[in-house]
Amino acid sequence: METLAPQIIFWVFAVLMLGSAVIVVHGKNLVRSAFALLATFFSVAVFYVLLGADFLAGAQVLIYVGGILTLILFGVMLTNRIYNVNLQTATFQVAPGAMVSLAVFVLLTTVITRTPWSQAAIIEDGPTTARIGRSLMTEYVLPFEVASVLLLVALLGAAMLVRRRTDL
Amino acid sequence: MIPLEHYLIVAAALFSLGLYGMLTRKNAINVLMSIELIFNSANLNLVAFSRFVTGDTEGQVFALFVIVIAACEAAVALAIVMSLYRILKDVSLDEASVLKG
Repeated sequence: METLAPQIIFWVFAVLMLGSAVIVVHGKNLVRSAFALLATFFSVAVFYVLLGADFLAGAQVLIYVGGILTLILFGVMLTNRIYNVNLQTATFQVAPGAMVSLAVFVLLTTVITRTPWSQAAIIEDGPTTARIGRSLMTEYVLPFEVASVLLLVALLGAAMLVRRRTDL
Repeated sequence: MIPLEHYLIVAAALFSLGLYGMLTRKNAINVLMSIELIFNSANLNLVAFSRFVTGDTEGQVFALFVIVIAACEAAVALAIVMSLYRILKDVSLDEASVLKG
């Protein structure tokens, strides 16, 4: 029975992830879409745990759920009039959009099932934080520093963009 | 043991749903949410390949950089949406047809 547990977790959270993603892209209520996005992000974190990426699962919960989703909820609340309780959101081009995305999905699935993936080595289980930290400090130290500068620029740019235009 | 293909197909489905949302939504914040779905599906692929194909943490480092850039993108895009709302009193992408603020 113990070998069956990851399978059950995989399928339960795959259904949860795709079902909540359908609500995100097709729900009529903007706030409900934002909270469905929460379920999607958590399911992706569970998938990271299943794949043995413990540090990334923690980062997913901290950054996506704690940061990006909060930011999106602020955006939802600030760009809709408060008295407009429904926060309705319109869709258009539903049939062409569905056709294009279905075609992309069929194409990707065909490629995935027909490619003979070279499954060389399974990563050994255990904490990955030390290994990720070591490669960030040695091999990927330049992208790491560039990412820090990028975060600073994004911070300044976002603050500049939302500033009141009175003193310009 | 769950095979690699199952992870890839779930990520492909998530990508297609995000693409569908990007193509059909009028609200700018909804389009941003769909872009986040696409980021997540790409990250899922990176982590799955890192476990099954290369067998080291290389893909996880890449996924970490993707998360950092997604955070930057969300902050700047929401700032743009916010100033768009201040000018147009609306976040519908149909209304955003001028470059001049």
